[in-house]
This record gives sequence, C-alpha cells and structure tokens, in this order.
Amino acid sequence: MRIALAATCIADTMFPGAPSATVRLLERLGHEVVFPRSQACCGQMHVNTGYYDEAVPVIRNHVTTFAPVADGEWDAVVVPSGSCTGSIRHQQAMVCRRAGLDDLAATAEAVSAKTYELSELLVDVLGLTDVGAHFGHRVTYHPTCHSLRMLHVGDRPLQLLRAVDGIDLVELPEAESCCGFGGTFALKNADTSAAMLADKTANIRSTDAVVVTAGDYSCLMHIGGGLSRQRSGVGTLHLAEILASTREDPTPLPTTRTTEVAR
Amino acid sequence: MSTFLGIPGIRRRSGASDGGTPADGGSTAGEGPFGPVPHPDEPLRWGDAFPAAAKQTLANDQLRANLGHATRTIRAKRASVVGEVPDWEALRDTGSAVKEQVMADLPDLLAQLEENVTARGGVVHWARDAAEANRIVADIARAKEADEVVKVKSMATQEIGLNEYLADEGIAAIETDLAELIVQLADDMPSHILVPAIHRNRAEIREIFLQRMGDAPEDLSDVPRELAMAARAHLRRKFLSAKVAVSGANFGVADTGTLAVVESEGNGRMCLTLPETLVTVMGIEKLIPTYTDLEVFLQLLPRSSTGERMNPYTSLWTGVTPGDGPQEFHLVLLDNGRTDVLADEVGRSALHCIRCSACLNVCPVYERVGGHAYGSVYPGPIGAILTPQLTASSGGVSGADDVNASLPYASTLCGACYDVCPVKIDIPSILVDLRAREVDADRGRSGVDPWKAAMKAASWVMSDGGRFGLAGRAATLGHGLGGSDGVISKAPPPASAWTRSRDLPAPPKQTFRQWMAAHERDADHPDANYREADGYDSSHSRAETATNRSRRPGGDEGETTEGRR
Repeated sequence: MRIALAATCIADTMFPGAPSATVRLLERLGHEVVFPRSQACCGQMHVNTGYYDEAVPVIRNHVTTFAPVADGEWDAVVVPSGSCTGSIRHQQAMVCRRAGLDDLAATAEAVSAKTYELSELLVDVLGLTDVGAHFGHRVTYHPTCHSLRMLHVGDRPLQLLRAVDGIDLVELPEAESCCGFGGTFALKNADTSAAMLADKTANIRSTDAVVVTAGDYSCLMHIGGGLSRQRSGVGTLHLAEILASTREDPTPLPTTRTTEVAR
Repeated sequence: MSTFLGIPGIRRRSGASDGGTPADGGSTAGEGPFGPVPHPDEPLRWGDAFPAAAKQTLANDQLRANLGHATRTIRAKRASVVGEVPDWEALRDTGSAVKEQVMADLPDLLAQLEENVTARGGVVHWARDAAEANRIVADIARAKEADEVVKVKSMATQEIGLNEYLADEGIAAIETDLAELIVQLADDMPSHILVPAIHRNRAEIREIFLQRMGDAPEDLSDVPRELAMAARAHLRRKFLSAKVAVSGANFGVADTGTLAVVESEGNGRMCLTLPETLVTVMGIEKLIPTYTDLEVFLQLLPRSSTGERMNPYTSLWTGVTPGDGPQEFHLVLLDNGRTDVLADEVGRSALHCIRCSACLNVCPVYERVGGHAYGSVYPGPIGAILTPQLTASSGGVSGADDVNASLPYASTLCGACYDVCPVKIDIPSILVDLRAREVDADRGRSGVDPWKAAMKAASWVMSDGGRFGLAGRAATLGHGLGGSDGVISKAPPPASAWTRSRDLPAPPKQTFRQWMAAHERDADHPDANYREADGYDSSHSRAETATNRSRRPGGDEGETTEGRR
C-alpha cells in the first residue's frame, strides 16, 4: 500500500521517535510511506480550547495536504495518535461547517474516511496482529482516552503488543482512567491534572514495568514528565516504537532520569 | 446543638444579616465546624472559579479518600448491572430519541401535561424562575398553616434554594433522604447529585447526628445501620406530623398527567402518601410523552445511578385520588433558564439529563476534586455543561468575569461521561462548544489575553508546513536546555504550570521532518512530489541531512554522521 503519514505536530517537533518508527515499521511490512511536507497540525489544540476561528486555517492546511487520499493517490493516511485521529474524524468537519465552509467540510470528511490511527491501520486495514517485532522488556500499556472512547480501538493495541516476541506485557491497574493531560487542561487546571497524574504513575509503578507505552505521545509526555520527576526509572515509548523494534534493529530503552547519560 | 432541637431545617441564607460571619464558613458561633460550604445566595454559582476551588478541595485528604472509595464502588456496581442487559445500547438510543422528541415538542407536551393533571384534580403552577417557584411553594405552605414541610430529595428544589427561602419565611423544610439530611444538619451543600453527602464518612456523620439532630441516642456509634436507625426514628416523627410535603419529580408523563419519583429509602413514599398536601416542583425538561416511555427510563435510571437492577421504591401518582394519599396536589413547572438552553442547538441536549449521576461517578476530575469545586448544586460533567448554560446571561454565554465560565474547561475531555450516559448526552462535544462560545464572546474585549495571543500565533505557524518546519527546526536549538539528563525541570511562566509537577523533555536534536528528509535520501525514495508540492527547499534539506543524519531522531542513541567522522 501507499500510505501517507500525518506525523502530528507534537511528534514532529518533540517526539520524532513515533513517526519515524511508524515509517520503519510500515516499510518493513512492505508498504510505501509518503510524508507530505505541507502538513503541520490537525487543529485539535485550537478546537478543544474553543478557538474555532483560529482552528480553521490549521484544519484547511491539513485537509488540503491530505486531500489526495480521497482521489486515490494514496491508499490511506496513518496517524500515530488517537486524539489527532479523533479530531480529524469527529471535529474537523464540524468546525468547517460552523464557519460556513461546507465544501471544506465535505473534503475533510472524505479525507477522514481514509484516515486511520496506527493500530486501526495495522489490524483493520492491513489485517495484522503479529508485525514481527521483538522487544525484550517488561511493558505496560496505557489506553489513551481518545483512542479508547472516541475511536473505540478496543484491544487492538494490546493484540499487537501481545504478538511482540520477547515482551513481558503486564496489565495496568485502572488502565482506562485518564492520566490528566487533557491538552490545555494540564495548564489551566494544573493542580487537578497533577492529582490525576499521581494516581496514573502510582498504577504504572505498581506493575514494575520499565516502559509504559501508549498510542499518543501527548499523553506520554504528561505521564513521562511525572515519572521523570519522580526519578521512577520508568520510561515512555510510543506503541510504534515497540512495534518497529526487531532483533536486528532493536529500539533502545528510553533514557530516564535515574540513568546516567554519557555525552 | 440545643438550638437545633427538632427544627434542623431552619437556618438563614448566607446573605442574611444575623451578626454571624457566613462568608468565612457559613456557621455562626456554636454551630460547629461541619459546613465547608456556606449556603450561597445562588445555588448555581458560588465560590471561586473552578481551578482555584479545585485546588482547595484537592488539599482535603479525607475528601479524596472518601470520594475515591465511593466512586470506585459505585462504578463497579453500575458496570456489573449494565453489563447484564443485552439491549443496553438500544435502550440508550431509545432514551436519547425520546428526550429529543420531548425537546422538539416541549410546548405542546407541557400543555398536555397541564391539561391531564388538572383533569385529575391537581393544580398546575408555572414558574419562570427560582423566585417565582419559591414564592408559589411558600404561599401553599402558608395557606395550609404549615410551619414545617417534609421533603423528598430533589435537585430542582436545591437549584432554586427552596429550603433557605422557606426558612426565611419561617417554614422549616426537613430533608428526609438520609444523605440529604446529613448535608442539611451539617449546614453544608450537596456534593453529588445522587449521593449528596458522598464527601462525608461515617465518623463524620456520627458527629453531625450527635451534635445537630437533637434526638440522636447518646451512645450512637458509627456503624451504618445504627446511623440509619437514628435517622429513621428522627424522621418518623416528622412524617407523621407534617401537613405538607414537597417533592421533585423524576418524570412527568404528558399523556396521563402522572408524576414519578424513584428512590431507595422509602422516605419518598412516606412524603408522597402521608401529608394532606403535596407540592411537586419539576423542571420542564423532565417530561416524557407517554406512560409506556417509563418502560425505557425505569430500566435506564436505576442501573445508571445506584447500580441497582430496580430501585426499591417507584411512586407514581396522577392528580388526586379521593380517600387515598394527599387530597391536594400542586405541580410547579419550573423554567429557570431552561428555555434559553433549549434555544441552543448543541447545548440543548444537556436538558435530556435524567439526573442519574453516572457521569459524576466515572469522571476522573470529579473523583479527585469532589462536587463542591464546581460551585453549583449540579457538579461533575453534567454540571459543567448544565450550570453555565442555566446561568448564562444572554446568547448562552457566561462571560469572562463569571466564575461559571471556568466550568467548561474543568474536563480533560476523556469521554468517560459520554460512554455511561443513559441518554447519550455527548458531554465532551458540548464542553468544547461552550468553550468556543466563551472564546467568541470575549473576542471584542480589550486588553491582552495571553491565551488568545498564543492561539493566534500558533494558528499562523500551524497552518503552513513551511512555517511549521522552520519553527520545529528553531525549537531544536533548545535541545541543550535539557542539561545532562535531557529534561527541563523548572521553566518560567506559563510553562511553570507544567513543570511544577512534571518534567518537560528538551526538544530533540532533530525534528521528524528533518529525519524524514534524510531517510528518503537514504532510501533513494522514489516519491519526489512532496517537495514540489509545498515548495520545500530540497537543496537546504540536502545540506542539512549531510551533517545531521540520524537513524533514530531525537534520542541520544542515534548514530549520526557527525559522530562517525
């Protein structure tokens, strides 16, 4: 398949490991990955903070960038993020319509119909659960809210993780409880966010995992920030980074604040 | 305390001048320390804006422990009894569709309800707002020469501050629901729609009973059964002496004029059958079109709210039945902002709410901060969409100066509330819509709003791949900010809101698009269209990747050509 990658703004600038792992994984599986360079962001941050007017140009840029998928130039668009996929699927057209941009809304819907979160693409579109990955560490999985409740990915990420060779996958207690990130919520309601994070990190640490993984680097930035502050020794990796890992080309464990970093 | 012997319901509103200091906690000298929230003048708008109010309640360890335990228990119960209903999703769809129909036909259905209630011997009153509703109830009680009324737990009467109004009129309103009684005796405010004293544990309840009930046994322990028996004995005397009862309604059936109250304790049944006069205050949205629609809601409500297959008591009454039950029945139909909510296409589905409180029990924000942080008798996710709409001035907007404008932001948009809502209210979408309304309403305001400035700037950067690529590359210059361990632990405002409790990773050495450019060259990637498509400077890309090529971007483990040289 010819698959266009929407890297997401946060991963492009802050966590390039997720989209680059997505590229390596899909290429290893024999697919062609295209990265349209005019992309920037899906508009979720603006929408969820209530800035619809400011979201419109961001959404237009995204929709225009990925419009070729609707004409069959690419077979699908993959997004290594549940919340960005959720915004593309459930918010972009609504915001366009509210701004009176019905044509753009229609294009947005056509693009979103061929846009998939990574685990959706692998399991539903490519029909895979075993992607031939190897990752020999103890891992726990946090299902992010939007992947779980906006996209209903269900246990697709877990199906993929269970098939990883060498992995010691442990269940996360109260896994489906929000980590407290919530985009600008983490700043506007920092105290409440921190209280939620405290419970999430306590549950993660109770598993003795060395890595917590998820399908969204935004939530992982929050969780990882808490784990790092606690010097917990637990690192974060995106689902794609574990699935991209092989015996020949293993994804290294992330460095954590308890680890000396040689420079 | 002796001053409360027998008349626990009488107290003043916080605004009333009695020489006390209601603003500092609501309790006057000798009343004890029980009421953390003074009785507000506005039951839908009290205290600080949400972030500040939440900061205070988060500091209450007892509250956090009580809430954590209580919400976990009720969540598990709900999940278990909902899981055993094979057509649960179909029931939700039906409940949602019925409520949509009610909103579409509300004027006609209300007229039909009035007609049927009147035909069966009831008296219907229309109240535009809280003041009108309170006056109607007080007038009825006075006409019956009642200085005491017994009450069935009711959110509508909480919303209008009926108890406080009646107290000012010299009429004691006695809450007969156990948890509501606890809240009332403590001169407190409810913190949950269904379990108003969820923030109390049994040791606290024992203290409240001993000090405030007036007739609690001296050797009262904190065993739940003993506490319940003490309340039962106390309330039994009230049921038998009261001439007037006041209730809310879970449902009002338009085609028969039937009212319904569902409850667990039987106190409601006592109130609804023993006194000679019954006054029911019902929000106009509580209508359902037909008697058979009860079939849907009587399945949805108990499983969603208490996690029971069927609630122990379901009372249905239609007008007046000679020789049986109250011989005088008044129905007060309350608007109090509801028609304004109805006018909004997106926000109106908040009126579908059947007050089950499932959304509170699953909300990770509510679980930590408790109900009082929301500054309204409607807390939690439903409160965050209902309260600001009910109190909005015009055009469905609160305005930046209104503390209720902070409520739509009191959510991570995690969506757990939507999943459990028995009538499928899309709470996250309404929260986002309310945020947009506030932002739009504030656009005309002068002065610098840092959020607005940041969002405008971000919009410009994020609406163009070239600009965004440059911004990302500029950010990589901050890679060194992370110091030896690659993280930023202390940042200046506004990022300090983040770093107070979490580390922030330093930007990577290389953005993804830089890595991708190198990767494509490595692979002699056949697709070259992307460069022309947006005028990306490929010569620059070549120069950059020659010196900064990495197999794995961002990390320090990646092998760089620089490193090999």
